[in-house]
Amino acid sequence: MTARIGVVTFPGSLDDRDTQRAIRVAGAEPVALWHKDKDLKQVDAVVLCGGFSYGDYLRAGAIARFSPVMEPLLEQAKAGLPVLGICNGFQILTEAHLLPGTMLRNDHLHFICRDQKLRVENAETSWTTDYTAGQEIHIPLKNNDGQYVADAYTLDKLEAEGRVAFRYLDFNPNGSQRDIAGVTNEAGNVVGLMPHPEHAVEPLIGTGRTDGLPFFTSILKKLVNA
Amino acid sequence: MARVVVDVMLKPEILDPQGQAVQRALPRLGFDGISDVRQGKRFELEVDGPVDEAALARIHDLAESFLANTVIEDFTIRVEEVAEAVK
Repeated sequence: MTARIGVVTFPGSLDDRDTQRAIRVAGAEPVALWHKDKDLKQVDAVVLCGGFSYGDYLRAGAIARFSPVMEPLLEQAKAGLPVLGICNGFQILTEAHLLPGTMLRNDHLHFICRDQKLRVENAETSWTTDYTAGQEIHIPLKNNDGQYVADAYTLDKLEAEGRVAFRYLDFNPNGSQRDIAGVTNEAGNVVGLMPHPEHAVEPLIGTGRTDGLPFFTSILKKLVNA
Repeated sequence: MARVVVDVMLKPEILDPQGQAVQRALPRLGFDGISDVRQGKRFELEVDGPVDEAALARIHDLAESFLANTVIEDFTIRVEEVAEAVK
């Protein structure tokens, strides 16, 4: 039996189908989860995908953080369930305090959509073992509130513990502090990033490369070998 | 019924790009002499029943956990008198 990876759909989620597809391309079984679900249907991992959950009317991710599905997710993530937050999913994970820091409006105030070069800084998280540390990848980025900020103490701590998982290369698209594109929690099971690996798993779409696929093969390998 | 106002502002050390965009537009509109603008949010909560200490404590929890993101924002809470209809 293959790994079952849940993808949560909130009202306003946009990338749930792409994420399910990426999971299928990697060889795992996607399981649709609904924001009102009170259990996680015994999935082996969860992806919180991109979009504008509940319209993001208060702050990006702030309302989604209190939806029913987040209760079991918070509890199980703290116990080791692998969780990946992409873009809005990353914002939700910071609002839920599963990941440190938070996201502000892009410093230039514009929505941005581009192919973004990144460096994989940590290839030991649940979602990055099929990369090598220092590897440079191109995956799409699209967001309005992508400026990663945290206080200096938190940033120093993240750097010292190797918890900056991804960094923007060549161009900082949103003013993120220390060019941070993604971070991980202490245990390495919860990862969040602003760019979108699920849009770069097939050569015909996105960047024309498949640089995002290792996210989904990493977790599959971890779960199958577990 | 009473009204409680929660004002949420970005912490002083957090850059406010929206406020800066507003500030930069001011000279074009003929408003000189304004050296800084910061933009925040104001929430007006209509509260059923008395605004006693217990109610204020609950609103404080609400502001801290939901209305403000205390990583980047500060908030203040105040009770506003709602004018009763004069007989």
